[in-house]
Amino acid sequence: MHPAPSIVVLTVLSGLGLGMMAWLGVGLGPDTGLFRWLACALALGLVAGGGLASALHLGRPENAWRAFSQWRTSWLSREAWLMVAAPVAFGLYALIWCLGGWRLWGLGLIAAALSLGAVYATAMIYAQLKPVPRWSATPTRAMFLTAALVGGLVGVGGAAGVVGAPVPGWGSALAFLAGAGVWVWWQTAAAGASRSSQGSSAETATGLGHMGRVRMFEAPHTGSNYLLDEMAYRVGRKRAYQIRLIGAGLGYAVPLLLSLLALLAGGWLMVPALVCHITGMLALRWLFFAEAEHVQALYYGRH
Amino acid sequence: MTALPETTARKLGLVIDLDICVGCHACAVSCKEWNTGGYGAPLVDEDAYGADPSGTWLNRIHTFEVTPQSGPAQLVHFPKSCLHCEDAPCVTVCPTGASYKRAADGIVLVNEDTCMGCGLCAWACPYGAREMDPAAGVMKKCTLCIDRIHNDNLPEADRIPACVRSCPAGARHFGDLGDPASDVSQLVAERGGYDLMPEQATKPVNKYLPPRPRDAQETAHETGPVRLAELPEPEAKGFLGWLDAALGALERTG
Repeated sequence: MHPAPSIVVLTVLSGLGLGMMAWLGVGLGPDTGLFRWLACALALGLVAGGGLASALHLGRPENAWRAFSQWRTSWLSREAWLMVAAPVAFGLYALIWCLGGWRLWGLGLIAAALSLGAVYATAMIYAQLKPVPRWSATPTRAMFLTAALVGGLVGVGGAAGVVGAPVPGWGSALAFLAGAGVWVWWQTAAAGASRSSQGSSAETATGLGHMGRVRMFEAPHTGSNYLLDEMAYRVGRKRAYQIRLIGAGLGYAVPLLLSLLALLAGGWLMVPALVCHITGMLALRWLFFAEAEHVQALYYGRH
Repeated sequence: MTALPETTARKLGLVIDLDICVGCHACAVSCKEWNTGGYGAPLVDEDAYGADPSGTWLNRIHTFEVTPQSGPAQLVHFPKSCLHCEDAPCVTVCPTGASYKRAADGIVLVNEDTCMGCGLCAWACPYGAREMDPAAGVMKKCTLCIDRIHNDNLPEADRIPACVRSCPAGARHFGDLGDPASDVSQLVAERGGYDLMPEQATKPVNKYLPPRPRDAQETAHETGPVRLAELPEPEAKGFLGWLDAALGALERTG
């Protein structure tokens, strides 16, 4: 599948921001003045930035407001609602916290639940797509939710590190371990989630399997088209192994070490940990799209 | 509304005969011609005469080679367009309500005025039946020529989809597949019409008719070149019969 930069950035950054909202909403982080402002602004900024980036890949952005209409059936519509509801609830919570100094735990819990709901809706957009087994036959929801929670914790740690507040060093280290574990779980499932594992092949696509082995002889067109550009993406897939190593290293291993070092050398190390983690997650999320195979490419004899 | 109708009064769709299709692409061309000039945004062609042409089409003709266990391979021309599935996944994923399936005739359509061009419906379709128009920024798909089939201004013979009307081989059929007595339903029953990728559980309305079994003839593939002179000849009549008999007599006397 085509890894549109806007969607890769959207899912990583808004996921991280929503994760921060969830942690801040349940009461994580110190009550110091500067931390409150920085953490809340970072969380809201990341979600808003991701939301705006998502509009960039639309063919007709002027119709984007209509995406709020089909929440009964469409996960993308539900995501639209939750991506608005979560920052609104959290924004109110943040305003009262930053200006008044009160952390309304009830409102915080609502904001946290809406934030995780938004991440879940994003994950379901992919997990619901039966034609893409790498998304639908794998623990995609667990992977997105964990990524958001890990990123959120590092985001809170990064904000605390900047203002010199105490950082969740041990918590972050555990989160990286758990996050890496879930990612390995997803990756293992994805390695086995080929189109043939779901029973699809050129034979079932054409229905000609009873006659023999089916192979594309001639494509319908000599050039490329939307279907091939979007659903038979090829660029960079041969370097997937290297990109995955870099992603796992920057996303989990390096920030894990940095968060342990932060316990000894100072909370500021959570800032490079956050930058590393985001870079690594962008690489892994890019692969999430680039490596996903769609069954319609079977009509073109493509992976 | 992007909820699917529980049932549709009719199930209009196509039956495509893979035994007959000759792969001429006339259906794709006439589809493009009709649908670029009627309702909605035109079907764009980009760099049409350049090095990297691409464009939006609602119907595309693939060609497959099928190799049996023994015997020669066979070519099958394979037109593919929207199958107007009963459980159309492209409809329910649509966030704006632009995609819908009509309860009256089961046709799956896109309202171009409300489509925001997110492309999720094309991802949800297992068949590659939907293509985003890069110029208009909206999703395009086969409409079964709704502006022909219900159009009283056209002669009755033309009130069928453009692809069916133009097929020179008679490989495409249009009708109500929800009515067991219809011509298309009878054809499907008689010829063993089937669904594409049934494992995707989309319940396509369009059906494909399999190629008929080929005669099992001795071919070069199995036995090496056939020596024509050794094949039995048909009995000659008239002048050729007289000539054959005369040459035979000459051979015997000689």
